[in-house]
This record gives sequence, C-alpha cells and structure tokens, in this order.
Amino acid sequence: MNAGSNPLLRVRDLTVEFRTEQGAARAVDGISFDLHAGETLALVGESGCGKTVTGLSLLGLVPSPPGRVAGGHIEFMGKDLVGLSDAQMRAIRGHDISMIFQEPMTALNPVFRVGSQMGDVLRLHQGLSRRQARTAAIEMLAKVGIPEPQQRIDSYPHELSGGMRQRVMIAMALSCGPQLLVADEPTTALDVTTQAQVLEQIAKLQKEFGMAMILITHDLGVVAEICQRALVMYCGRIVEDSPVTELFATPRHPYTAGLLASIPRLRSERVAELPVIPGMVPDLFHLPAGCSFADRCVKVQAECRTTPPPLRQLRDTQSKVACYEPN
Amino acid sequence: MSLTDQRPSNVPLLDVRELKKYFAVRGGFFGRIRAQVRALDGVSFTLDRGKTLGLVGESGCGKSTLGRALLHLHPPTSGEVRLNGTRIAANGKQLLPEERRNMQIIFQDPFASLSPRRTVAQIIREPLDIHRIGSPGQRRERVEELLRIVGMRTNTLNRYPHEFSGGQRQRIGIARALALDPKFIVADEPVSALDVSVQSQVLNLIAKLQREQGIAFLFISHDLAVIQHVSDEVGVMYLGRIVEQAPAANIYSNPRHPYTQALLSAIPVPDPRRKSSRIILRGDVPSPLNPPAGCAFHTRCPIAVDACRQSRPELKVVNGGTMHRVACHLAE
Repeated sequence: MNAGSNPLLRVRDLTVEFRTEQGAARAVDGISFDLHAGETLALVGESGCGKTVTGLSLLGLVPSPPGRVAGGHIEFMGKDLVGLSDAQMRAIRGHDISMIFQEPMTALNPVFRVGSQMGDVLRLHQGLSRRQARTAAIEMLAKVGIPEPQQRIDSYPHELSGGMRQRVMIAMALSCGPQLLVADEPTTALDVTTQAQVLEQIAKLQKEFGMAMILITHDLGVVAEICQRALVMYCGRIVEDSPVTELFATPRHPYTAGLLASIPRLRSERVAELPVIPGMVPDLFHLPAGCSFADRCVKVQAECRTTPPPLRQLRDTQSKVACYEPN
Repeated sequence: MSLTDQRPSNVPLLDVRELKKYFAVRGGFFGRIRAQVRALDGVSFTLDRGKTLGLVGESGCGKSTLGRALLHLHPPTSGEVRLNGTRIAANGKQLLPEERRNMQIIFQDPFASLSPRRTVAQIIREPLDIHRIGSPGQRRERVEELLRIVGMRTNTLNRYPHEFSGGQRQRIGIARALALDPKFIVADEPVSALDVSVQSQVLNLIAKLQREQGIAFLFISHDLAVIQHVSDEVGVMYLGRIVEQAPAANIYSNPRHPYTQALLSAIPVPDPRRKSSRIILRGDVPSPLNPPAGCAFHTRCPIAVDACRQSRPELKVVNGGTMHRVACHLAE
C-alpha cells in the first residue's frame, strides 16, 4: 500500500540488547520494516519473541539498564528517534506516538482520578487550562463509548471494570491525536464479549483519527479481524512480513504455517488431534547459529543450521520471508 | 481399585445436585457479614466415566468456583456431589482420602502451582507418599512411568520447576494429577497461560489421557475453541448458573441461549476473508453481589422481554433427542 509515498515510520536494523548476569541477550535482532500513515500493522509472535520490546523501543521506553538500543534507526516522520534526549522523546510520546498496554490496572495510577490523569496529558502537550482539559477529557471519554462521562471522569481506576479501564487508556492515548498508536495486547486481559466491544471501538477511532496503528498480539484471530499487514517475529527477528490476506491464505514461513495450523479454532466437527509445532522456543542466551527455528522446522536444510536466512522479498508476491525454503 | 467400581454402570460417575457456594463479604467493626457473593447459585449436572464436560464463561461466572467446590477445596454452601452414587464429604467439610484419590485438579498457572523448592520427582511422588502407595522403589518407577506418559524425559527427575518452560511445567502438573489413577480430573484453564504452539501440545496430551486412561474431565476454559477440541458436552455459565448445556456438536451448530450466541459470535476468527456478523453485547457482567432479578442476563440481552425481568428461567430440555438444555424464556 502507498508504496510510492514516504512511510510514516521506517525502522532499520533495530537491535535491542538486555544485559543480564548470564550475558547479553538480543531481544530484538536487527529488524527492519516500514509503516505508512493510516495503516494497521500486526506484530505477532509468542512470549519472548521481542514484539513488546520492539513496541517499547519506538517510544524510547526500553528499561535502561538493563536494556538498551544497541543499533539501528527508528525514523518517524523523517526524524531518527534513536539517540534523542529524554526531553525530546517526552515531547513526542503521548503527542505523536502513544501506547496502550495489556493490563490497564497497572498502567493507570490508582491514587488519581481518571480526569486528573487524562488532564495531565492534555495540559502537558496542548497547554490547555484545567477547565479546558476537563472538557476535552469528557469529550474523549464519550468518544470511546464510556456511558455518563461527566460522572465517570471523577472515578478512580478501581471503580471501573476492566473493559472501562481499557477504554480510559485508549481515550488518554488518543487525546492528543497521535499519528501512531502502539497497542500492546490491548484486549488480552479482557473477556471475549468485552474484547469484541473494545476492538470495534479501536477500529472505529482509528478510522476517525486517520492514525497508523501497530497492534502487538499473540492472537491470530484479532490479527485477521482488524489488521492489514502482519510481521511475524521469532526469537527477536522478523521471519515473515505479509499482507494479512496472504498470510492466512499462504503462510510463507514454516513457523507461520505451523502457528496457523496449531490454533484451536471453531470447526464443524471435532478433530482427534491438533497439528503441533514440535519442541519449544530456544532460550535467547543459547540461540542456534543459523535460523533460530531450524530445530523445530520440518523443512530444515544444511544451510539453515549455519547462516540465518535474511528477510527477502518473495518474487511475484507482496510477502517478505526469512527462509531458504519458503512455501 | 475400590469397591465403588462394581456399581451398576447406569449410575453416572459424577452427579452434582443444586450446588451452591456463597462467599461472605465481611466488614464493619465486628466483622459482620454484610453481603453474600453468589459465586455458584444452584448448579446441577451429571458426568459419565471417561467423558469431558467443557465449562465455558467469562471471568466471575463461577466456573473456577464450581471446579473447586466439587473437590471441596471451597466447601460448598449447600447441595451435594455424588461420586459413583455415593455422596462425598457427607459428614464434614473435607473429602476422605479415598475420595480425594479419585478426584484431582490441574491448575491454570504452572508457575504458581508447583513448589519451587522441590524437584520434579518429589512433586510427582508427593501424592504417592501421602496415600502410602507402594514401596520407595515402586514409587520411583511410577514417577518415571508418569513422566513418560506426559511426554517428558526421565533425566529431568532431579531438576527444579524453574528450569522448565510453561508447557513442561504444565506437563509436570498433569503427571502429579495422574499419580493416583484418579477417575475424575478438574482441569482449570490448563492451557490459558501457554503460548499457542505449546497449547496444542498440551491439549493433545489431555485428549490422549482421556482416550487411553478413561478419565473423566471437567475442563474449564474461557476459550470456546479450546473447549470444542476436548469436550463431549459443553456447559455455558453466566453469573453462577449454567444457562445452556448440550453435546458439543449441538451447542456450536445450534446455540439456543442469546448469551451463548453472543459468546460464539464474539470470538475473533483467524480468517480475514470471513467477515463475521457480530453480536456486540452492551455493558458489563453485573456484580454477583447484587445479581439482577429474573434472568441474570436480561440487562445485556438483545431480545429480553418483560417476563425475563420478572422470573428466572430454569434449565429446561428443549430437544429431548440430544438432551439440549437451555435456561431462557424465549428458547422454546
């Protein structure tokens, strides 16, 4: 999509390391991708694959120490975010790029009312007065579908349900009209019926605000519902970058194919056995020399064990894949 | 193993009648009971040998409380549980050792349910030690056999839980639950904490155990797709009651309760070509401290009528052939 125009976000060779007693672990290992204005991109993978750390690094939120961005560039609207000072980053965070987190209870401050937390953001970035900020916050709460926003604005986070708290987080993240929203598992802590409400709201607001979104998730169902393109991550690397329709129709990387096959999904009849990916994710401190997926892969070749395959455009498709034997 | 095995086979393995569990909310200076949370508000069902009842519902619907109340980990407030026709914990708050042997549980969080200070061998052997089964040599053999059953290598015996991944820990938990050859296992969200690629491995293991060892399961999950994969029969819970119960095939192809319909339609489908027509429910689940009068679901129900606000629908058979049961005034 919009292949001609400049991307909103251009990530190149991003590497994030964590120093621990066992040595340095590369949580993110030289990833590159583009994101265009208004696009919805999924970052998919299992725990420890580096998807959350990628999201955090876009906002300069990688906990340091022990973590640090060890290399690469994050170009946002033409400006490299890597190496910006804390003050410069603070001006961007919440204003141009916002993030919502998985657990809204830990992301909200329990001792302040919803209105005061939302007001802080508006006063900092938009220079509104207290009264103006309150009016704007009420308006945002109404937008994200919170009933009786005039009353709810004076609630404390614990007085709200999980779904309502996540809506407050979304309202806060969108209150300054960001260009990019990073949503880290925004509905994972919610029940399915609430998840459906919140996802619908996010999709609606995204259209209304015309912002780009990076949705970090392990749930391929959510990806299929609301994303246009997906990056599949494994052990800190992107193994596949495909439009969502292609990803589900023809998964190119054996890991993507295995993941898709192994999800329990509603079927017309019960199957005796679910397909599985054998083995388990290797430990980041003892990654194999070649492709990290080699030990679990059904199509493994000699070459896979020695040199990690680079992410390459697959001819006649819109997919990029890091595999010597793509499907 | 026990006398109860010789009972006629028309007696269900598990027969649960009007099980209730209320939790008291205390407060004030003297700690008086201020309110009752009706976590479980009259649940009845039967389960046959070697079958799996899948129990699905959202947080707070009482599904975990039901699992615990069956094993008397939370002693029920009223109602009874019969195992092979005999009422369990009949004269007290706890199960007898013999009863406990036959009923085991697998917990959700494999990080919290294994003692970090014990080795794998000690963890799996503990039930054998407690019930004094076999000689030390026989116990060691049994532990190795159990590890093989759950698909782990026996060289892991002397390692500690922190050395294992979530999926392997869950296998250790399963081996522990199998140690006493139980007739019935409560599996409380056993794969919810696991990654997708590991989830399917553990689900296959549970399905295999059920097939090969004839163990009956109460499988609790919030995930309807997971439930479908393992269950013969499915029960849907809402605010402490079962609102629909039917053979798995029927509940998925022909859900009758509006809540089940909404729940099924809310699942994100991993297929971008399928644009689902979704029933979006309004609002949140009401508090079990103060459940709505009439049908507890009427506050969110898209088709509620006056009768739903006034009287509570009982779980009734709507299809005698399949024993499809629904608690809804409008599902006739």
